[in-house]
Amino acid sequence: MYANAVQELIDELGRLPGIGPKSAQRIAFHLLKLAPEDALRLARSITVAKERVSWCRRCFNIAESAAGGVSPDDPVECEICRDSRRDGTVVCVVEEPRDVVAVEKTREFRGRYHVLQGAISPIDGVGPDKLRIRELLARLDPEGITEVILCTNPNIEGDATALYLSKLLKDLPLQVTRIASGLPVGGDLEYADEVTLGRALEGRRAVGE
Amino acid sequence: MSLYREEAVVLRTHKLGEADRIVVLMTGGRGKVRAVAKGIRKTKSRFGGRLEPPGHVSLLLYEGRNLDVISQAETVDHHRPIREDLDRMTDALALVEAVDQVAQEGETNPPLFKMLTGALRVLGEWDPRPALLVGAFYWKLLALEGVAPVVDGCVRCGAPDTVSFDPVEGGTLCREHRRGTPVEGETLRLIQRILGGQLAAALGEPPGPTVSTVSHLATSTLEAHLERRLRTLHLMREVPGPGLRFTNLA
Ligand SMILES: [Zn+2]
Ligand SMILES: [Zn+2]
Repeated sequence: MYANAVQELIDELGRLPGIGPKSAQRIAFHLLKLAPEDALRLARSITVAKERVSWCRRCFNIAESAAGGVSPDDPVECEICRDSRRDGTVVCVVEEPRDVVAVEKTREFRGRYHVLQGAISPIDGVGPDKLRIRELLARLDPEGITEVILCTNPNIEGDATALYLSKLLKDLPLQVTRIASGLPVGGDLEYADEVTLGRALEGRRAVGE
Repeated sequence: MSLYREEAVVLRTHKLGEADRIVVLMTGGRGKVRAVAKGIRKTKSRFGGRLEPPGHVSLLLYEGRNLDVISQAETVDHHRPIREDLDRMTDALALVEAVDQVAQEGETNPPLFKMLTGALRVLGEWDPRPALLVGAFYWKLLALEGVAPVVDGCVRCGAPDTVSFDPVEGGTLCREHRRGTPVEGETLRLIQRILGGQLAAALGEPPGPTVSTVSHLATSTLEAHLERRLRTLHLMREVPGPGLRFTNLA
């Protein structure tokens, strides 16, 4: 239908998450209309990101090397793992690197992270084996970790993952906690579903001190 | 645009676009239905956590051109105990996975819906958790599909004395025709009780080798019937990988 190069671009864009064939076509034609330097800047930022960014060898967050790229023999650590002011005894376990960003924004947490890179979802073929669970276990003793906070999403996959981990960690000399889940601030109580509302009630706290 | 109301169990969901999800439902009156829940991935969505497997919900939907659209969702049973126990959750996911495989879109199947809601209720309420629930459900599912196993004689020749069970043949076999897994009388009697109207009593069986064998045979027989593997039990119970194995899981 289109010239080869155009079709290839549409196909590549169509492989991105959340991009259907129509959006892929629209983005492709948008890119073709861009000034050459703008289009090349996008291409370059993809190349540079792929060269410099890898997984942190310790926590599997995103890790960026200064320049010159990452060599496979010299895996890097992320900024948080390199920061000696962080409390190394507490680890917050999250599903994805974007969750690290979300927790960091709260400024409430001074420990380190462990990114599982997914959540248990048997129907999608993702069992515990596909997550970075073994790597988490390997960190506990050498890093002197005494508390693990399970910070997975409050949905069925996140719950399954948290239940699995708490069972796995239960006999170890560790404190294991799960983040409280409750009502979104700014939401209406009448729209809250029963699981959310039930958990919010459980996690209630005293007011007025 | 026509509106309709259905009771349903959520079998699974997948993401659609930026904020929506496709929800695969087993409904009471219309069989398996795929419907869109718009805006469900936004924090302030009015659907909240209602449309997650294995939630039992009452829905208002309207018929769309390709997919139906969920307009309202109310919870009938949110199965809280299932959400808070790994074994119960694994069982629930194993139930909905099998129903998703068996049920066809556009085919009503009220008995299957009833069986599923009944099994989920038992799973949420019984204490201790009935170890045989998933196995018993799979045997009943095969019977409902019209492929109940033959357990009162050799599936080939009808001889009364049998020594093995073969999931592909769908029944027990005599010494002469034997293939599959060797089975004992106790195992066969438990399967007979499940299929022969003594389900509630059979579900009370405590965990043990017989319950394990009956469950494994049910899974393999259902897999042979569906011609595909059921993922949940394999991923969650069998081999989570070296160093990750739970010794206390059934
Ligand atoms: Zn790191
Ligand atoms: Zn025979």
